[in-house]
Amino acid sequence: MSLRNKVSIKEFSFYYGSIPALKSINLEIRANEIFAIFGPARSGKTTLLKSLNRLTDLTYGTNHNGTIFLEGKDIYDPKVSLTQLRRRVGIVFDLPIPLPMSIYENVAYGPSLGGTTQKKRLDETVEKALRSGVLWEEVKDRLHTSALRLSGGQQQRLCIARILALEPEVLLLDEPCSGLDPISTASIEETLTRLKKEYTIVLVPHNIQQASRVADRAGFFLNGELIEEGTAYQIFTGPKEKQTEDYVTGRFG
Amino acid sequence: MEFKEKFIEKILLLIAFSSISILALIAFFIFGEGLPLIWKIGPKAFLFGERWVPSQGSFGILPMIVGSFWVTFGALLLGIPLGLACAIFLCEWTPPWAGMILRSAIQVLAGIPSVIYGFWGLVVLVPLVRNYLGGPGLSILSGSLILSIMILPTIISISEDSLKALPPSYKAGALALGATHWETIWRVLVPAARSGIVASIILGMGRALGETMAMIMILGNAVKMPSSFLDSARTLTTNIGIEMGYATGDHRQALFATGVILFLIIMFLNALAIVLSRRRVG
Amino acid sequence: MRINRRRYLTQKVAKILIWMAALSTMGVMALIVLQVLSEGIPVLSPRFFLESPRSMGREGGIFSTIIGTIALTVVAIVVATPLGVGTAIFLGEYTREGRISRVIRFGIGCLAGVPSIIFGLFGFVFFVIYLNMGWSILSGGLALAAMILPTIICTAEEALKAIPYSFREVSYSLGGTKWETVTRAILPNAMPGIFTGIILGVCRSIEETAVVILTAGSSLIIPTSLFSPVRTMSVHFYILAREGISMEMAYGTGAALILLVLFVNIVANWRLNRYIRKRA
Ligand SMILES: Nc1ncnc2c1ncn2[C@@H]1O[C@H](COP(=O)(O)OP(=O)(O)O)[C@@H](O)[C@H]1O
Ligand SMILES: [Mg+2]
Repeated sequence: MSLRNKVSIKEFSFYYGSIPALKSINLEIRANEIFAIFGPARSGKTTLLKSLNRLTDLTYGTNHNGTIFLEGKDIYDPKVSLTQLRRRVGIVFDLPIPLPMSIYENVAYGPSLGGTTQKKRLDETVEKALRSGVLWEEVKDRLHTSALRLSGGQQQRLCIARILALEPEVLLLDEPCSGLDPISTASIEETLTRLKKEYTIVLVPHNIQQASRVADRAGFFLNGELIEEGTAYQIFTGPKEKQTEDYVTGRFG
Repeated sequence: MEFKEKFIEKILLLIAFSSISILALIAFFIFGEGLPLIWKIGPKAFLFGERWVPSQGSFGILPMIVGSFWVTFGALLLGIPLGLACAIFLCEWTPPWAGMILRSAIQVLAGIPSVIYGFWGLVVLVPLVRNYLGGPGLSILSGSLILSIMILPTIISISEDSLKALPPSYKAGALALGATHWETIWRVLVPAARSGIVASIILGMGRALGETMAMIMILGNAVKMPSSFLDSARTLTTNIGIEMGYATGDHRQALFATGVILFLIIMFLNALAIVLSRRRVG
Repeated sequence: MRINRRRYLTQKVAKILIWMAALSTMGVMALIVLQVLSEGIPVLSPRFFLESPRSMGREGGIFSTIIGTIALTVVAIVVATPLGVGTAIFLGEYTREGRISRVIRFGIGCLAGVPSIIFGLFGFVFFVIYLNMGWSILSGGLALAAMILPTIICTAEEALKAIPYSFREVSYSLGGTKWETVTRAILPNAMPGIFTGIILGVCRSIEETAVVILTAGSSLIIPTSLFSPVRTMSVHFYILAREGISMEMAYGTGAALILLVLFVNIVANWRLNRYIRKRA
């Protein structure tokens, strides 16, 4: 296993009850790349993302086989602290979910759980996170107003900033731009390419165009299987597999 | 941190169990005080005895059991149609402003202390019954009328919930088949919501059986088998409420024994209501 | 055509009957409230509230019974709220649907149906006699706490259920533990619902008579400790009316009771709306 592999997924299968959602996935995700996971709906993309920080544990009656390594450490090891894991592997969901509290409190939520209680440190963390999430200029004068009053695009950038405040190593984004207008989408994509320098990013794009714009490498999922992976250029211009080609060229289904 | 989380979980488990252990404690102490007396005079003599004369040691509660059921039956006779009609009014036929008024009226009714119901019955209803229908006025009829109002909030709110919980397709389907709005309500919606409506009636019945203070003020409290709705009567609850203040020894135990019977009846009704409202219509 | 006419006629009659039912419900409410208020409000005066009853309540005011009502209600709420909210949190967040939760829910459902006179009997043998606390604020408050517990549990559970699953997911994904998630992401949003349950408990404590008479006594003396016996407004009203001590005072006390319950409800609604507005 090379050191540049941030996340290694080994023979990983996942079941809701007895229904398989992921089937023997093998995948390496390298440090400081944007890896796009794409495929039709219900192909297991969200399940894979939530498996990477074990948010799937919240759902009752699930099973898994195989395992996942983060920097060489098995994340399903019983000794692993779930709270630590989720701080290291942050996730942004497809719909923006600001908690019903102020903008400031939303961003400070994670760090203050970790025990950062000094007001000054917290202020700095919040400002830094909002700057990296490219939201600071828009909200710096109303940090203490409700986050629910932000527009959809702002709310999603708030959710990104909220995760960044924890300075995670891996950033999981599940169709972060679904439901957003093109301008908000462009601004989030721009943010992502900048964040790549510091983070490893796994992105479920909401369409092929987005994947080809921002991803370094990509993997195509279908019915819980990883059909093909490779550099984004190769996957989107000359896929090896027929199914991938059908999907990429829009001849799918 | 792991330890703290585990500790909190244990505490919450403990709290949850202390909450239900109250029910066990209640049963334990009421039965502990009441059962010995039932044992002593014999369950049959206690349940079916018609004489209640504590000074002579005769403790038969049949008149109270019959009285409780008369009053409750009377309350349901009026309370069910009224409550169901109000529930239908609230979910189907209301202009919003009228619904809001009725809703606040029901909220106020639910908030009026039971002693005030009793008092109002005493000063307004009882003289009316006495003057127009005869008898002492302090009667099963007056008690039933008051109780039917007191159980309205229970019947209305639970029936309304179960009507509201029906999928909209029921109504749309019936209307599409050419049923009038009323036929839709009466032949489709009400039957579909029946398990919730029945549960609301059973809970209302429990509430009526359990009411004490208002009934003490209105029923007249005579210990005898009632023979008409204009007779005065005593219920299981009022028997306890009236005499608990001065009872001692066997007498006090007999009141607890009355409580045992009341408790058993109510637990049975409760269990029935819980099972019924759990059953979902599909 | 004839058949259709009949069907619409039925509908018309049904509609009229249902309107009549709704109107008579409103009418009865108005009759009861207005009758007691119109006779009672003239009796109300600052002295009525600030003087204690004299000669069994024939003269003076209702001050000591107001103190009694407040004392019992406070004890009941202080005891029942943590127990009730704790139980609701356990049911909603710490256990999945299974045998344990079913048993607990069934027990609470049964407790909710227990008539108040039974709580009175229980409070009498258990608190007053067995635990030797006598007729007192403590005995009465604890018996009332048992009585309002199911209400608080059920409303709190509903409030927790109404919080979207996504809030929990967000909190866990930010590295929150279960308890942190409960206290920081869930409870603050469930507060309005929990508060509603507490207010219901307050109102039931204020109006309850049977439980209080059997567990807190009916002393007119101003209490000095948790172990003093007290009389509440409801009990006072009941004794005045039933023993025919003074109709005037009874009406006054009745009006004060109704106004108190309405006041509690209105203030609660107002605070609730403010809380909700502040968070939105
Ligand atoms: N909480 C759940 N319970 C049961 N089945 C689920 C759950 N979440 C997802 N699934 C199933 O797992 C499969 C993969 O879903 P998902 O990971 O959401 O796919 P995608 O994100 O690609 O649309 C689907 O068949 C879906 O129905
Ligand atoms: Mg998905």
